[in-house]
Amino acid sequence: MKKILLFFSLFFFVSTIAAKEIVVCHECDVSSIKRAVELAKSGDTIRIKKGLYKEYEIEIIGKSLTIIGEDYPVIDAEMKGTAFKIKADDFSIEGLHIKNIGTSHTSDNASILVSRSKNFSIKNNRLSNIFFGILLERSENGIIEGNIIRSKARSQANSGNGIHVWHSKELIIEDNDVQGVRDGIYLEFANNCDIINNVCKENLRYGLHFMFSDHNRYLENLFENNGAGVAVMYSKFIEMERNLFRKNWGSASYGLLLKEINDATLKHNIFEDNTIAISADNTNRIDYLENDFISNGYAIRIRGACYKNVFRRNNFLANSFDVAYTGNINENEFSRNYWSDYTGYDLNKDGIGDVPFRPVKLFSYLVNTTPEAIILLRSMFIGLLDFSEKVSPVFTPAELVDPQPQMKKIKW
Amino acid sequence: MFKILKYSFFDLVRSSWSYVYFFFYLLLGTTLLFLNNNLSTAVITLMNVIIMLVPLIGTIFGVMYYYNSREFTELLLAQPVKRSSIFLGQYLGVAISLSLSLVIGLGLPFVAYGLFKSPAIWDFVMLLITGLFLTLIFSALAFNIALSNENKIKGFGFAILMWLFLAVIYDGLFLLSLVYFQEYPLDKFSLVATMFNPIDLSRILILLKLDISALLSYTGAVFKEFFGTPVGAFASLGMLVVWVILPLFRISRVVRRKDF
Repeated sequence: MKKILLFFSLFFFVSTIAAKEIVVCHECDVSSIKRAVELAKSGDTIRIKKGLYKEYEIEIIGKSLTIIGEDYPVIDAEMKGTAFKIKADDFSIEGLHIKNIGTSHTSDNASILVSRSKNFSIKNNRLSNIFFGILLERSENGIIEGNIIRSKARSQANSGNGIHVWHSKELIIEDNDVQGVRDGIYLEFANNCDIINNVCKENLRYGLHFMFSDHNRYLENLFENNGAGVAVMYSKFIEMERNLFRKNWGSASYGLLLKEINDATLKHNIFEDNTIAISADNTNRIDYLENDFISNGYAIRIRGACYKNVFRRNNFLANSFDVAYTGNINENEFSRNYWSDYTGYDLNKDGIGDVPFRPVKLFSYLVNTTPEAIILLRSMFIGLLDFSEKVSPVFTPAELVDPQPQMKKIKW
Repeated sequence: MFKILKYSFFDLVRSSWSYVYFFFYLLLGTTLLFLNNNLSTAVITLMNVIIMLVPLIGTIFGVMYYYNSREFTELLLAQPVKRSSIFLGQYLGVAISLSLSLVIGLGLPFVAYGLFKSPAIWDFVMLLITGLFLTLIFSALAFNIALSNENKIKGFGFAILMWLFLAVIYDGLFLLSLVYFQEYPLDKFSLVATMFNPIDLSRILILLKLDISALLSYTGAVFKEFFGTPVGAFASLGMLVVWVILPLFRISRVVRRKDF
């Protein structure tokens, strides 16, 4: 019995060191990636040397391969289809430059399509002129790290997403840089994912887009100049921390769009120069703690059906409107925030203003009903109106106050 | 005309009122910067001041100067000088000395604070340009009112009323009509309505530099598309120029026939 066991372990040992390396270059024995994949067995490494490879529909099925590009070999799909189609466990792809993925209305052409796979990593690739970038479906336990994705999306109907995740879980998406696609990072039915330190700029629709994805975290990302920074829709238990939302400008632009969200936390985020920093629609039990809202058009716009949202210790600095509010107070709470518009006093010097602050101005109510009235922003008549409303509120919800406005900017 | 301009200008520069305004702006700029510690927010606060105070000061000063220099004017009228050049010269003297106290009074503290190294410089330049235009417009309007009213009290009353109308009441009526007709498309109307009030027009020009993100919100896009383009910018600056020229034109027409 012992001998048999030894034999088997020896066999296993030999078979693992037998994992070989296949080198692909124009002058080598193997000059195409497709051929290399055909020759390779599970556990092999394919090393692709610098050069231009005009290949597409490279299928890797059931083989655990390590594909390494040296000096960014270019894989040109010539607008014909998907470059890599992978259905395998324990594989990795590193250091490739994949370009020219054609737009299609019938199939989701991607640079790297991963389906029903586990334990994989896709690292440090460059994708340019693409339709979809990295497309994952029904996969789990993957790392997508350090990829640079560039494209020139023109219209929403004719463009794809940078990193598109569907029906997957436990992914780490880190240090990627996505520009000029439709949605920078898109998650649908994706659970338990970490999205960390990515840069999403100048995307046509959203920098980051969640649909029906629960228990995700996104931290330390930068969202700049997208149609909307981040859209979180129909999801639960999302953690959003230390992100920066900047310059999401436009007639229907948001820093962060929340729709039908429950039990989320927002902490230590910075919203700067957005048309609308946060638009919340139908959100419940969301904690907004220690965020900075600087020079936005609207800092927070709350539409209907929001219950038990808590805004605590945030800084509201020089926004045109701090809060725009529709509907009843619904147990939403503002407390201990710093408002740069606050004009009250602090007689007992405990750092808390003695007069409650009303963040909703009559003018924001007026602009809600007659949007053209925005042209009167900061005029003296509006100042008088706001003042008289502040003294005796008639139109704005009377209970909507911050009872403990801070006298000094909150440091966190 | 230039000789009269020169006389009125130096007369005004020597008068204590110019210094009062100069020191007022100087104090205002310094305290704002000292309190805010931030150029961009100081520019916002300053905008409110410019939009309210500059027209008011221009109006009062214009009316006051006209009534005070009546004897000098009568003396000049006896000389072989063109009538329009007497009054235009006096007007320019007032407008230029006011503009100078505005530019130097506000400019000094900001320059000392490090304006030239700050990105807010264009906001500030816009602020000064609109301030200058408002001075020119409102002192011209004040001269018109004073010319048409021999009675000092009545003249002052009308001048203050005109300021109140353009600064506050106009916006109230504007807002009322917006709310009343909210079922109709109003963007064209509101564009035109802003064009007809120099204070609103200046406010929008400054706002486009500052609160651009709010103006860009859903319907604001229309305004942005108009005022943000070179055509819109020229149109609104042109409108300000028209606001200066029309009252001046009326001055020269009225004084030609007026029996002093």
